[in-house]
Amino acid sequence: MEFFVVQLLNSLSYGLLLFMLSSGLTLIFSMMGVLNFAHASFYMLGAYFAYQISRYVGFWPALAIAPLLVGALGAMTERFGLRTVHKYGHVAELLFTFGLFYLIEEVVHLVWGRAPVDYRIPQALDFAAFTIFSTSYPAYRVFMMGVSVAMLLGLFLLLTRTRIGTIIQASLTHPHMVEALGHDVPRIFMLVFGGGAALAGVAGVIGGNAFVTEPGMASAVGSIVFVVVVFGGMGSLAGAFVASLFFGAIQTYTVAMDYSLLDLAARLGMGIAADSPVRGLLSVSVAQTAPVLPYLLMVLMLIVRPTGLMGTRET
Amino acid sequence: MTLSPFLRRLGLWGITALVMVVLPLLLRQGFALSMLSQMGIAVIFALSYNMLLGQTGMLSFGHAVYYGLGAYFSAHALNAIGAGKLGIPVTLLPLVGGVAGLSFGIVFGYVTTKRSGTPFAMISLGIAEMVAACALMFPGFFGGEGGIATNRQVGSAWLGITYGPQIQVYYLIAGWCLLSMIAMFALTHTPLGRMANAVRDNAERVRFVGYNPTRIRFMMLCLSTFFAGVAGGLGAINYELVTAENVGTVVSGNVLVMAFIGGVGHFFGPIIGAVLVSFLQSALSSYTQAWLLYFGLFFMVMVLFAPGGMASLIMIHAPVVRAKRMGTLALPYLVSGLLALVMLAGLVGLVEMIYFLETGAEVGKPLKLFGLALMPSTTGPWVGAMAVMLGGAAAFAWSLRLVRDAWARVHAYLQVQEGL
Repeated sequence: MEFFVVQLLNSLSYGLLLFMLSSGLTLIFSMMGVLNFAHASFYMLGAYFAYQISRYVGFWPALAIAPLLVGALGAMTERFGLRTVHKYGHVAELLFTFGLFYLIEEVVHLVWGRAPVDYRIPQALDFAAFTIFSTSYPAYRVFMMGVSVAMLLGLFLLLTRTRIGTIIQASLTHPHMVEALGHDVPRIFMLVFGGGAALAGVAGVIGGNAFVTEPGMASAVGSIVFVVVVFGGMGSLAGAFVASLFFGAIQTYTVAMDYSLLDLAARLGMGIAADSPVRGLLSVSVAQTAPVLPYLLMVLMLIVRPTGLMGTRET
Repeated sequence: MTLSPFLRRLGLWGITALVMVVLPLLLRQGFALSMLSQMGIAVIFALSYNMLLGQTGMLSFGHAVYYGLGAYFSAHALNAIGAGKLGIPVTLLPLVGGVAGLSFGIVFGYVTTKRSGTPFAMISLGIAEMVAACALMFPGFFGGEGGIATNRQVGSAWLGITYGPQIQVYYLIAGWCLLSMIAMFALTHTPLGRMANAVRDNAERVRFVGYNPTRIRFMMLCLSTFFAGVAGGLGAINYELVTAENVGTVVSGNVLVMAFIGGVGHFFGPIIGAVLVSFLQSALSSYTQAWLLYFGLFFMVMVLFAPGGMASLIMIHAPVVRAKRMGTLALPYLVSGLLALVMLAGLVGLVEMIYFLETGAEVGKPLKLFGLALMPSTTGPWVGAMAVMLGGAAAFAWSLRLVRDAWARVHAYLQVQEGL
């Protein structure tokens, strides 16, 4: 029970973090048709910028400055990069972001080195918030959840209560109609791209010190975020939300489970001979399948329901 | 002199074969031989990738799955031959890889080709991640972190070919490379190859004329996985070690970069790309730690300014050469090229100095670059490098006008020629 509750909180904070990434990605993808390969790179940049800034002025200013820098970088990427390759089609755009992903990783190698940097959670939040049964729960995790929820609330209000939000929402389902109505779609693209990058930057600032800030963090999170977006359904923020929490839970729970089919067979009274050819397959524990599970679920989802969980269109 | 297209093509293949035979005799160092072997494998792999991207319009981020699995099955087959359990000659081993690649291509392709465009790209990435994760889950087959080691000197020697010396392995690779190239080229002229192009250009109209685009994508993917598997099999023979990295996303990304830099719009594009990228990877990586950064920049420049790759850059000059007007372009190209080199030198200087500081160089020791001894701890070199880069960039931007003017003159000339 204790295991269950603690992991529930962990999976919630991780899932919310995933949603901060996937919401931006799904917005960009639905509006521009560009799958931003480098989205998780902005997450990584957020963490590294925050690390660098917090060394000079502390964590709190970094929490505000780093995402703004990342957002500006994102807007510039759209303005000077993506817009240039737009005329060559979606494949070129995808390749551009793919190249950007590699380039950002190399620049991080160049500037901060290959080893993880010492980006720590701030002293003010380094205490136990409360105790569940016998486990004390860190305050920083609670803070992470708070920031995520505040960001998501802000995003929700922006999308539903403001004029620009209405236009963005309209662009999700009817991009050509919005264009026909005379809105400056390239500028909206730039804003959404910058906004999505900034959101990923926030996730990086608060996630980088809770986990590890290292050059591999972009590719580690990036593929999961892709899975979330596909699984939740293209163009569906609600789907991305559900999928984020779902995969947050899956990743958190499965890594802690050390059972295998072999244990199950033993419990059911079926002995498997030590030299049986299936033994190797059966002895794989749940924890070992954790890296594969998201991709397997994604592929299954695409076979059963190509639009994803809550998506309304296929591309 | 005009030759029939068939004879001209035959001549081209003959020259290709001749080059492949003669090259290792001219470059006699061991380094060159292993690089040539690597190139041969890369050529097959990149061409098989282009069957998807260039010919059918399917952007895959997981082509290494078929290459890697082909390599694994070949390595296991090679070990089985060594243990006397399997009786096929090593020469035919790439077929094992090909069949393995094809088998997985049928299974995964059935799932992935149901979609096209960006969703296909994402699913291919998902499958690649899945297989890469599996590779660490089943150490029995994949050999865990260490991979599967093998020995190519097994079976009975035929005509004294033991595949011990690297030169024999090179000729094995060259032979398979030539065969694969001819087969893949021939495929582009079959009805399937033509319909694949149609699927790339407009899948809806393909449906109108009574073909099933999904089926065409599936068939092209299966055929391409066969050749990827052949490349994998050759890789297993060449390196005698197959690790989990072979199925990983880095290899998948690499083949994409090769095909793209070479040019996906022409059949010979990926060949150029494979040769160039393999060469750059071996050459640059021995000079600088920052080679991945330069490589990434090179890729980005190609994406932004030459999306047709090297092949398209070559092909736009074909009519100019035929009209004997290259002289008009030569001088502007030379000026621009030199100024681009100046800009590049400044950039390289900056990057190398940052790396020099990052990797904790000994205090007081200079960085040797372009025959200069720079002291990155002082501001002088930084200002200098920056000035060289910015000055070079400004001059380069100016020189582009010369190139544009020259091109305008050539175009005008060509148009007049056509009018006559």
